[in-house]
Amino acid sequence: MTEENKSKQKPRKNPLVLFIHKLGSPAYFYRFSGKFIPWFWAIFLVLTAIAMYQAFFVVPADYQQGQSFRILYLHVPAAWMSLLAYSFMAIFAFIALVWRIRIVEILAMCSAPVGAAFTVVTLAAGSLWGRPTWGTYWVWDARLTSELVLLFLYLGVIGLYNSIDEPRKAARAACLLALVGAVNLPIIHYSVKWWNTLHQGSSISLMGGSSIDGSMLWPLLIMSIAVKFYYGANLLTRSRVKLLEQDMRKAWVKDIVREGK
Amino acid sequence: MSVQKPQGSMSGAFFALVRRDLLLAFRRRTELLFPVIFLLVVVSLFPLGIGPSPQLLARIAPGVIWIAALLATVISLDALFRSDYEDGTLEQFVISGHPLTLIALAKILTHWLVAGLPIVLMSPLLAVWMNLPSGTLGVMVLTLILGTPILSLIGSIGVGLTISLKRGGQLLSLLVFPLYVPILIIATAAVMASADALPYTQFLGLLAAGLITSLTLAPFAAAAALKISLS
Repeated sequence: MTEENKSKQKPRKNPLVLFIHKLGSPAYFYRFSGKFIPWFWAIFLVLTAIAMYQAFFVVPADYQQGQSFRILYLHVPAAWMSLLAYSFMAIFAFIALVWRIRIVEILAMCSAPVGAAFTVVTLAAGSLWGRPTWGTYWVWDARLTSELVLLFLYLGVIGLYNSIDEPRKAARAACLLALVGAVNLPIIHYSVKWWNTLHQGSSISLMGGSSIDGSMLWPLLIMSIAVKFYYGANLLTRSRVKLLEQDMRKAWVKDIVREGK
Repeated sequence: MSVQKPQGSMSGAFFALVRRDLLLAFRRRTELLFPVIFLLVVVSLFPLGIGPSPQLLARIAPGVIWIAALLATVISLDALFRSDYEDGTLEQFVISGHPLTLIALAKILTHWLVAGLPIVLMSPLLAVWMNLPSGTLGVMVLTLILGTPILSLIGSIGVGLTISLKRGGQLLSLLVFPLYVPILIIATAAVMASADALPYTQFLGLLAAGLITSLTLAPFAAAAALKISLS
């Protein structure tokens, strides 16, 4: 081994770097993520049960909005998650395009349908809440409209990914689109927000005091944490299936099939 | 693909490409007219569908003209790289050694001259049809001059991503329309503000900022998209 080679090998000894390199291997990633998924589902179910019990049975009805405000416990966590899923997708897409790691490409692409589903939930819950509150299912207000545009961005990424036959090329094209969307998203958000500021002001903020009562707030926070675990479990499950599908004839998949797990 | 040493200067390649594409476009004059005719047809459908009330038409004129401009641009976008992709010229561009970003920029410039500029030139006629108050025509034309190049620039990324698909045109509209939302909002806001005798220069400033930003970023993204599509 020459001097130069030795110095190149050195950083690999760092356990964290080694771990990240290992995670890039489909077989290792498959087994490693498999350990997390049951825990994620369990935490999600427990937290959801607590939050939903609180939201439906403990929290009193709002003095203005009555019972309908309880949709908030679904609507708001879904809305936060729809944006967070897009950020995750964009971060994965950036890593995938720069370092060309196949697993990260798959993670980015599997993030899109989950995020799109959260966007649909947000829109559906929002319009169901709008019916008793605003008297109509749909209002072109700023937040609903930017959520709709976000859904279109998701659908574009999913559509592009599914239209190109070769999986890796498809993933890289869709990753680039996701990044272009991520650059545009703040511009879209602020232009839409400015275009119409009919919506009642945001009532929860991390910085200042929130105008929602504490007893109403904490089930919401629990629910939003639960939703993150749902996203994690769903993302990892999807990615594992995608990996198996792509590597159908590889040796490591055969090993897993033989072991039966 | 092995990249050769570039022949000739970068600006030479840029202008040669613009000249070639303009020449090609003007050899197929009927195709050149399609987006313009499309624009006229789409705008003329609105009075037919909504009714000829002059006040109503004047109210919706900025939005209608701008939406028609978006549609006409997307219709014409597919031709941006299509023929060069199909006959292999695009691959020759890649191995020519000249930066693909520069080549993409030349194609975008030609696209705007061929598809965007006619929209700007047609807008006075559309404004008359839609009963746009004559005082706001100048602002309308200004927003189109600033805005249509952004449409070509952002659209080029979408075209680069969908070029390897046989029926990329349908997908293209899904990819680029969400990205066009801010331009539509700001441009129509400028025209409406001027119709209401309110200050509108800030909107023109925003559009100009958008033009500069997309001019500096979009060609790089389009080149990256083309590279993925050609891989």
